[in-house]
Amino acid sequence: MKRVGLFIPCYVDQFYPNAGIATYQLLKKLGLDVTYPTGQTCCGQPMANSGFEHLTQDCNQLFVDNFAEFDYIVSPSGSCVLHVKEHLHTEKSEEKAAAVRTKVYELVEFLVDILQVKNLKAKFPHKVGLHQSCHGQRGLLLTQMSELVAPYFSKPQQLLAQVEGLELIDLKREDECCGFGGTFCVVEEAVSVKMGKDRVKDHLVNGAEYITGADMSCLMHMEGILKRENSKVKVLHIAEILNAG
Amino acid sequence: MSRDKILAALRQNQPELVPLPAAMPLERVEILELQAKFKAMAEGIGSTVHLVDEFAAIHPLITARFSGEKRIVSTIKELVSAGIPAFEFDSDPHSYEDVDVAIFKSNLGVAENSALWLTEDQMGIRVLPFITQHIVMVVPLSAIVPDMHTAYQKIGEAEYDFGTFIAGPSKTADIEQSLILGAHGPRSMTIFIYA
Amino acid sequence: MSAPTKTHPELSAVFNKDEERVNWHDETLWWIRQKRDKSANSIPEWEVLREKASQIKSNALSNLAGYLVSFEEKAKANGIIVHWAADAQEHNQIVHQILQKHGIRQLVKSKSMLTEECHLNEYLEKQGLEVIDSDLGERIVQLAKEPPSHIVLPCIHKKKEEIGDLFHQYLGVAAGTSDPQILTEAARVHLRETFLTRKAALTGVNFAIAETGEFVVCTNEGNADMGAHLADVHIACMGIEKIIPKRKHLGVFLRLLARSATGQPITTYSSHFKKPRAGQEMHLVLVDNGRTIQMGREDFRASLKCIRCGACMNTCPVYRRSGGHSYHNAISGPIGAILAPNLDREKYADLPFASTLCGSCTNVCPVKIDIHQQLYKWRQVIVQEGYATSAKKMSMKIMNYTLSSPGVYRTAGKAGRWVLKYIPFAVNNHFNPWYKQRDMPEVPKESFGEWYKKNVK
Ligand code: SF4
Repeated sequence: MKRVGLFIPCYVDQFYPNAGIATYQLLKKLGLDVTYPTGQTCCGQPMANSGFEHLTQDCNQLFVDNFAEFDYIVSPSGSCVLHVKEHLHTEKSEEKAAAVRTKVYELVEFLVDILQVKNLKAKFPHKVGLHQSCHGQRGLLLTQMSELVAPYFSKPQQLLAQVEGLELIDLKREDECCGFGGTFCVVEEAVSVKMGKDRVKDHLVNGAEYITGADMSCLMHMEGILKRENSKVKVLHIAEILNAG
Repeated sequence: MSRDKILAALRQNQPELVPLPAAMPLERVEILELQAKFKAMAEGIGSTVHLVDEFAAIHPLITARFSGEKRIVSTIKELVSAGIPAFEFDSDPHSYEDVDVAIFKSNLGVAENSALWLTEDQMGIRVLPFITQHIVMVVPLSAIVPDMHTAYQKIGEAEYDFGTFIAGPSKTADIEQSLILGAHGPRSMTIFIYA
Repeated sequence: MSAPTKTHPELSAVFNKDEERVNWHDETLWWIRQKRDKSANSIPEWEVLREKASQIKSNALSNLAGYLVSFEEKAKANGIIVHWAADAQEHNQIVHQILQKHGIRQLVKSKSMLTEECHLNEYLEKQGLEVIDSDLGERIVQLAKEPPSHIVLPCIHKKKEEIGDLFHQYLGVAAGTSDPQILTEAARVHLRETFLTRKAALTGVNFAIAETGEFVVCTNEGNADMGAHLADVHIACMGIEKIIPKRKHLGVFLRLLARSATGQPITTYSSHFKKPRAGQEMHLVLVDNGRTIQMGREDFRASLKCIRCGACMNTCPVYRRSGGHSYHNAISGPIGAILAPNLDREKYADLPFASTLCGSCTNVCPVKIDIHQQLYKWRQVIVQEGYATSAKKMSMKIMNYTLSSPGVYRTAGKAGRWVLKYIPFAVNNHFNPWYKQRDMPEVPKESFGEWYKKNVK
């Protein structure tokens, strides 16, 4: 049986363990051999996106050491996966790093493209707004991008359509960025918050009870805004919905 | 000299030659109803379009539409009459400052955007299509091509001193994106397509 | 080179003080983005067209020296006087000398981002010359003594009431006028007088054709043509990257330009200047100003493909909510942020960071410049060259140390969720930029790692 290495990004590990647990349980339910290498920390993206890619050597080496042995590496974060795919390099074991780059998958793309899941047994009787996180969407092509003249598809929607009782709401701007952007969220505080407020509002006016997506970092940012506005609307990682019921 | 410095720096820094792509295929994915498409595009950007069966039908329509205007000039001989004087050349472009209506013949129209091609020899003088308050264009139906690729194929290596595509009246949306016709050039464009 | 007085984060924080205005700015530009989408979607072969445009530009850049030489030769044969300028200073001097030679003290100018980049207006005004911008939007910002905030829509940040006030003050329009129709008419009358009395006109250039020596200028208002065809002297200024190989390539670019910019099927006027009018003098100034250096930067070379359509600005969620002036550069938005550091890394160190790297810009770009990838790459260059602020550098080092060592990571985590310190949630106070307008995530009882240890292993 193929072995799956579970890559849980640092902030998910620390703040959103439920997203990690749901990912683990979902993969187990689908009959996979899943392991969480406990030596893992982070993919180095926060540094690299801040211009410190040259400092990520040790971090990258650690990532390769932890994950090289697996057939697939799966993670509930599009942004971290994209970073690994595009920027993971090591001086000592570049060959292994190259292999890691090709076998790392974001959860949704793994479920749709590799496992070709057609019949999830999940139930979530709520109105849900789907946030297209940019790195997952434009980087990993999880959903067709509204800028292009090309046929529409959406992998997360394909999965959510399998969830009993779930009603997906329409948004006015289907794939606008939420403004998280890693260190952007503090360096450019004013614009980041305004972007987040606008994104949240689109979900609220269209009647969302939950906002979901394949990237916890965007959801964390929107949750921060929802809570500050004392909204009852909650954020949930897509794994938690696909694993629900 | 800056010229040589710039060229030397470019020769140093430009990458290896990248070949030109194959030309856009001229067979089109969608088949355009040329006349209908042209008309729809033209009206969409504020032009008025008249489809007439024969050239002779144009003159009365122009007279009816512009009878109140003071200075009308036609660069098309066949349309000149008592009410529509012929264009007369004056090398001072400022002398056309008070032209109200100017009439031109185009031999190339583009259905996808309703642009009409005019070269200097069809303009009388370069400034005329821009300085006139209203512009009238006459184009034969057979001169309408589907898109810009076919348009440039038709222009080919033609010699001209100045040429321009004109699509609609001059316009601006610089004030809060409100579209206003008649920025600096013509306030209206009237197009006659004859079979 | 001087450091900026204010950075993008500071300037956009000021812009965001008036939330209603930010909403208005955002909605206006989003509307233009939607018009662009609609227009692009009316062309089934849109993506092929973008690819062709990108490849033609790749070819043009890879043989730019050769194309420039052939362009110059043809243009000269056509009777155009060609000048070369190494930098902004030389460009400005050339323009000034041409005017001096003819004893001309007043210039009417249509839109040219290059002259903005070179600060031509300030230069000529210092020499005692008068310059009037004839594009309505540019005239408005000129009266307001501001730079344009957008390369295609220069006064997109201005409300009609503010424009009314300016026109009241300078053009004698009745106080309180804000109807765009009336304001545009007032500008038409005022600028017609200008066109009729100026002996020299300056225009920009959208495309220059190596094969024929002609150049193409696109406008909606007709102001470039009004200026050029009435003046005795026409000066056209262009960056050297504006060259395309053949006339027929215009078919590709003219299909893309206006649709990308405003959603129009084509600009009202696409004028092809090949020879001067009888009795007229026509000059063309080819300007480098850093472009040959950018050509040598492999990672950033593609930025020279830009056809200045502005689509990347209209789609940029940051630009829409921070305004063009927050980029403190002649060219704002995503493209400005990858062009500016070429000229001055220190002054524009903040710009590549003024992005979430969402990638929307790259997707709308008609010549397929990898804008967001270049933003990422500029960040690396800026940090390596030492322009990142030292505070940020320190926290990055600590973070790196923590993240690259699992032992330290776990202790730090136990000691109070180390991430709180370094990705950005320190303490719940209003000095913390995260907490100012957002709540912290709740700290769970156990981390995923701890859960896994307990429940799986
Ligand atoms: S970078 Fe691309 S999208 Fe932006 S202005 Fe230039 S051509 Fe247009």
